Amino acid sequence: MNETTPILALRGICKSFGAVHANRDVDLTLHKGDILGLLGENGAGKTTLMNILFGTYAADAGRIEVDGTPVTIDDSAAAIDCGIGMVHQHFHLVPSHNVIENLMVGQKGKYGLLDRAGAEARLAKIAEEYDLKLAPNALVGGLTVGEQQRLEIIKALFRGARILILDEPTAVLTPQETEGLFKAMRALTERGLGVIFISHKLFEVREITNRMMIMRQGAVTATLDNTPELTDRQLGELMCGHELTPPEKPAVEVGRVLLRLSNITAGGTPERPVLKDVSLEVRAGEILGLAGVSGNGQSQLAEVISGVLPPHGGQIEIDGEVLDRPSVKAVKARGIGRVPEDRMGTGLVTTLPLSDSMVLPRIDQPPFSRYGLVNRAAIRDFVKEQVERFQIKTAGVDVRTGTLSGGNLQKVLLARELAWDPLVLLVAQPTRGIDVGAGEFVHRQFLDLRARGRGLLVISEDLEELFTLSDRIAVIFEGRIMGIVPAAEATAQNVGLLMAGFQEDAA
Amino acid sequence: MDEILAQVFQVGFFAAMIRIATPLLFATIGELYAERSGVLNLGIEGIMLLSAMTGFSAAYFSGSLWLGVCAALLTGVLAGALMGLLTVTFGLSQHVSGLGLTLLASGLAFFFYRVIFGQQSTPPNIVAFKPVAIPLLSDIPLIGPVLFNQYALVYWALLLVPLTAFILYRTPWGLHLRTVGESPHAADSAGVSVAKIRYQALMVSGALMSVGGAFLSMAQFNAFTFGVISGRGWICIALVVFGQWKPWRSAMAAFLFAFIDALQLRLQASAVIDVPYQVFLMMPYVLTIVTMALLSRNARVPAALLTPFRKEER
Repeated sequence: MNETTPILALRGICKSFGAVHANRDVDLTLHKGDILGLLGENGAGKTTLMNILFGTYAADAGRIEVDGTPVTIDDSAAAIDCGIGMVHQHFHLVPSHNVIENLMVGQKGKYGLLDRAGAEARLAKIAEEYDLKLAPNALVGGLTVGEQQRLEIIKALFRGARILILDEPTAVLTPQETEGLFKAMRALTERGLGVIFISHKLFEVREITNRMMIMRQGAVTATLDNTPELTDRQLGELMCGHELTPPEKPAVEVGRVLLRLSNITAGGTPERPVLKDVSLEVRAGEILGLAGVSGNGQSQLAEVISGVLPPHGGQIEIDGEVLDRPSVKAVKARGIGRVPEDRMGTGLVTTLPLSDSMVLPRIDQPPFSRYGLVNRAAIRDFVKEQVERFQIKTAGVDVRTGTLSGGNLQKVLLARELAWDPLVLLVAQPTRGIDVGAGEFVHRQFLDLRARGRGLLVISEDLEELFTLSDRIAVIFEGRIMGIVPAAEATAQNVGLLMAGFQEDAA
Repeated sequence: MDEILAQVFQVGFFAAMIRIATPLLFATIGELYAERSGVLNLGIEGIMLLSAMTGFSAAYFSGSLWLGVCAALLTGVLAGALMGLLTVTFGLSQHVSGLGLTLLASGLAFFFYRVIFGQQSTPPNIVAFKPVAIPLLSDIPLIGPVLFNQYALVYWALLLVPLTAFILYRTPWGLHLRTVGESPHAADSAGVSVAKIRYQALMVSGALMSVGGAFLSMAQFNAFTFGVISGRGWICIALVVFGQWKPWRSAMAAFLFAFIDALQLRLQASAVIDVPYQVFLMMPYVLTIVTMALLSRNARVPAALLTPFRKEER
């Protein structure tokens, strides 16, 4: 441990939103050279804490010290002045500007003019010092996600950050890119910076941090040194407050093909489609995982299967029947259930009451309506039953759907599909943004479906999730299926290479 | 045919084209500042009209044209600030706010014009701006009379284009303006105040539009009439799109429109072709629509245009 004054100290930070205590008496210390892992379920208060540190929210109580001196941070400019840099989960970059322009935003300039030459010189210096390289004139919209993240880190350094906050930085990266990020983080701490690393992924936190702080329900439950004696189980318990049992995956006999895509091209234009010649099979009693960095055609694939996006070419076959004209209705009628990635947008109408949201896709069918008239009583009964069965935490069935938390919204969507016992369930990012407890519940439902001889296609960017759930893992890159790996043979290495578009090395 | 061409394309024709382009340049560049910061300023038509009235009235009573321009500028800045209050501070719909501002400003212009001048048989007028010949340059054949024997405000308009390009691409304020219009969160996290930049952009935008309006009532004409703007503001909205939100391209769009407008005026006047004059009147608008449809498909709109910025939303 470092005995000198911490570069950053938070003391007794409190913050409430209405009746919700987002942060309760939170203490945090960060020394030079530290990589502090900040762990916690969603809603544990990590993001609120970091937003207070970066001046987005004002704390109700408590103080912030930088190098032992109390400071007031009431906006991001003040945070930058204190040497605090933040890499948000969603990048704060301007895609239509080039690298150097993105760096110069917020800079004073020289004689009232932009100081391009000065900025380029500093970029070159940072590139050399930390081995973070980017071409100054490259258009940011054309950079890969990993490069954009590098730019965010450079941007923080450019503004003189000595304390760097990374909010779930690995969520968007391939395993190889993650390795690159970790290398950069080590280079930063070697030169005396302090890094706060926020993540859901236990194994990453264990690999890269030297200390970790765990939060639950707004309070700090533990601050620990990262030692090999710690087990994932212990950390998980500290995060959730109850014992975690990874779902068991019993052997299930794989049956007939329930969903078959043959040579599907779709999206974009017929000349330049997003999906190129995609063929996949989902069989009864199996979970097919689809891995890939986001934006490689996953959403188009989901839309094709659910009938939203008509393909330019290829064939969709459901339970042996070829669909001539796939449509949402036709697909639904043949037993395809879908839990979309974007819960609030595509999935649910957040302004409607929960009861309406839950029956919306089937409101035109009995028992919910007859002769064109809606049967309120039947809807309420159905929704009450589902709320109980899925332990959905809600103040009632008539509350606005948007008031539910992410995990509960996911349960709502799942309940809505499972009530009709789908033949094939298509799910995208099933546990993104929801806490470990709810995630576990969701996974159990999947395995239960699988045990009953249904098929599942799980699209996820979380490799750990795919490795625990899937029987086979297909990898998509730039709209092509790069390969399909049986779960038993899948490693972060071979799947990661496929995700990055390298085919020959992986097989 | 040669005869028509000879009659149409004279020095006077090109000088007229520059004159017609001037109010369009002011208003188009003004709109460009607003839109590049992420706010569509549909108050343009009303701001131009109200400024034409305030500028004219101030000049009428003070006897000073430049005082008139100052009054117009003040009107524009205030109207821009009001637009900022509605769209930035309150985060209201930019369409509704802008149209509302246009209705309000037009109403104010008509109302106060009546209050001040009453109903007169011959509308009051002023001694309008006179062309200022620039020594030496105005003696150059062809270019001289077209470009260098114009109203002072014309020179301002012509200088405004390179100045705007310089400000947008070479100064920190310009970079911040463009950033706020593309990705307000990026600007905010860099310590740039989105609200401040948008207010400033809207005030600059109002100021430029107001000079465009004042030019019409104080240079092109010497009186204020209710139809003095007659849709020029709306045209400028199209010209910004046509110009793909870039200063030089937008200026070219304004010149193209002015060229066609000047042309149709000449054709109307020359009795050579026997076509109803309404057809000529239509020409600039039809051509604007056609060229826009053809050229603006790939235009890249400022990504944050029409989106109010709230800090906590992500």
